[in-house]
Amino acid sequence: MTRAFNWLFPHPFLTLLMAVVWILLQNQFSWGMAVFGVILGVIIPRLTARWWPDRPAGFRVGRMIGYVLLVLWDIIIANIEVAWIILTRRNKNLRPAWIVIPLDLRDPEAITVLAGTITLTPGTVSADMSNTGRHLLVHALDAPDPDAVRDEIKTRYEARLKEIFV
Amino acid sequence: MNWEEIGTYFAAICLFVGAFFALVGSFGLLKLNDSMTRLHAPTKVGTMGIGMLLLASMVYSFVQGQGSFHELLIMAFLFVTAPISANFISKVNIHRRSCDAPPVVPDSEEWSTLVQREEDQVAQPADH
Repeated sequence: MTRAFNWLFPHPFLTLLMAVVWILLQNQFSWGMAVFGVILGVIIPRLTARWWPDRPAGFRVGRMIGYVLLVLWDIIIANIEVAWIILTRRNKNLRPAWIVIPLDLRDPEAITVLAGTITLTPGTVSADMSNTGRHLLVHALDAPDPDAVRDEIKTRYEARLKEIFV
Repeated sequence: MNWEEIGTYFAAICLFVGAFFALVGSFGLLKLNDSMTRLHAPTKVGTMGIGMLLLASMVYSFVQGQGSFHELLIMAFLFVTAPISANFISKVNIHRRSCDAPPVVPDSEEWSTLVQREEDQVAQPADH
């Protein structure tokens, strides 16, 4: 039974996501289109399953929703901070800095989410990765204390991502 | 004050906030003078500016009685793709040395943008 389930839904979360996206694309709910979305959500992950042999084993959807809400809140706060810096600070008083973040995450998917989060919160942009994937290079617009920014990213985002991708 | 008016005012406030952040982002693009710091301005427009405009559009569509969820999809796809372009631009900056050199990586690693691969060595003309 479990094997049949795993064969039919190699990526259950992707199945759900594709069905929801299909229904949202229609913009008008009808049961026929919902069923078609579920069919697409079963067929597409099934056909493309062989291209992600190393996908992360565990993914906690509930914690991911909490993480998304936290990031949205941080985006709003950081936007106001960066807008204030741009409007009031002179260019020569800015202290831009490169920040090297040692990574504890190993899943490529988890690192992608972390890098995307860093770029989306204004004030920091993730620029590069080391060739072994153990360090992330981040550029900060105004960081008087680069170590504090590094510690904040590690405790606020990376620690939560470690619990989402297990 | 009924729900329609509250929705309309809410949409108007969202439009105002979104337009303000888009303006500050564009202003930052002009004002900042270093290629890496300049990259920070558009990421702000991409998140708050567009996000608030889309929220206004969605709220107003519900006020009009024909609710629309397309904006959620636009927001999701934008938030997923925006970091990729920012990442490409910063990689180009590192390649062209148009910004401060990034710090050395600990543990004898290298930044993947700056790694000298063997193909690059071969591609160089041998005799000059």
